Amino acid sequence: MNKNGEYTPLIVAFCCNWCSYAGADLAGTSRLTYPADVKIIRVPCSCRVNPMFVLKAFQRGADGVILCGCHPGDCHYLTGNYYTRRRMTLLFGMLDYMGIERERTRVEWVSAAEGAKFAAVMNDFAKTVSELGENRRLEDLRCKKPLK
Amino acid sequence: MQKTVEMIKAKCAELLADGTVRAVIAWRDGEFSYDKAPGFFTAEDIGSLCYDCTCAPNLSKYLVKEAKKEGRVAVLLKPCDTFSFNQLLTEHRIDREKVYVITIPCTGKVDIEKIRDAGVRGITSLEETDDGNITVHTMYGDKTFEKNDVKLARCFYCKGSADIEADFNAMEEKKAPADSDRLEEVRRLEAMTAEERYDYWRGELSRCIRCNACRNVCPACTCEKCVFDNDQSGVASKANANTFEESMFHIIRAYHVAGRCTDCGECSRVCPQRIPLHLLNRKFIKDIDDNYGEYQAGMEAGTLSPVTAYTKEDADPSEAVFMKNGGEG
Repeated sequence: MNKNGEYTPLIVAFCCNWCSYAGADLAGTSRLTYPADVKIIRVPCSCRVNPMFVLKAFQRGADGVILCGCHPGDCHYLTGNYYTRRRMTLLFGMLDYMGIERERTRVEWVSAAEGAKFAAVMNDFAKTVSELGENRRLEDLRCKKPLK
Repeated sequence: MQKTVEMIKAKCAELLADGTVRAVIAWRDGEFSYDKAPGFFTAEDIGSLCYDCTCAPNLSKYLVKEAKKEGRVAVLLKPCDTFSFNQLLTEHRIDREKVYVITIPCTGKVDIEKIRDAGVRGITSLEETDDGNITVHTMYGDKTFEKNDVKLARCFYCKGSADIEADFNAMEEKKAPADSDRLEEVRRLEAMTAEERYDYWRGELSRCIRCNACRNVCPACTCEKCVFDNDQSGVASKANANTFEESMFHIIRAYHVAGRCTDCGECSRVCPQRIPLHLLNRKFIKDIDDNYGEYQAGMEAGTLSPVTAYTKEDADPSEAVFMKNGGEG
């Protein structure tokens, strides 16, 4: 919720240190706008993201989780994002199987030179997630903010 | 069958007598004769070893601890257990030299719950007759069932036997897989809408009492320390306080064995709440098959799990197969 009482989604973006985090920086220095509801978490590599991180983000109130990494073949650690690709394919498949909206999770490859792509991806993802509304199917009531 | 059991018993007694092995891992009667428990036998009590249609527990997991001790142990492996054994060899959890493998035949195991569901009470023992039927002895007389009516669900999707080099083979011939599609139910769920799937899984998982039986029995769950034993894990080792914990526990439990799960079906068998946990594991099996080529964990020792491998041509998650032909999202 923002100050005006309108719903704005909370989005957690795991960005790899070498490409996507730099891509986000470039988006910033290029004065490109993307929603302030995107909270970036810097990880050394996209494959650092344990499936538990994704679930925990949902538990703590995220409405969408996006992983950004180097393009396949460009990983700083050579092969990290290849593993990410398989792992997240399986995890997202499972979330979908359990009926959790598949649009809430995404993997995108954003290089350090793609500031514009970063902003476009985040705008698009934020739009998709806000259309879905609040994350109800994978929420933890104990982690909700108290009602005023 | 009785002849085979006598042969197995004699072989085990011989192995213990000549000191080839220090113990035999097999089955013994549990609280009830139809409720078999894993047993560790020595020369004194080898007589109480039994093998019949109720010996469902997969014994391969017990080797992880036993094979670390001094001396060899013998183990009885049913066709389906050979997959788990191979998988544990692949992961270097068992030293092959320390184990004396006895492969034994199996004609399908009985699900006692199915007999109870049929309204039979006061069961004292079960017996498999020569014509393949199951006679249930109860306090109120006998009742006979067709075996197919009371067989464990997993036995209808028998994978047959894995490629295994046994030290002693009591199987007449290598068991062939059952002619059935084990991913059928996964497809049925996938064809539902996301809403229906959510309701289905809420209904199933909300019954979970977090007894951890599925984790403890799983031959693939062999970590010395489990993530769920960490009190910071966000899921307490007790009845779930929140729907999130149920989903999280079951997603992560299945995820941690993805690519290593041999689909032995022990998780569903031991679940006191009858949650079809194998359907979670089979979803991963199906996704792996669809996206990275068919793979059966434990078919032979030493294969690389698709989750620890990659190819440059793999599809992105957004283009993966389940996204294209899954249900309406």
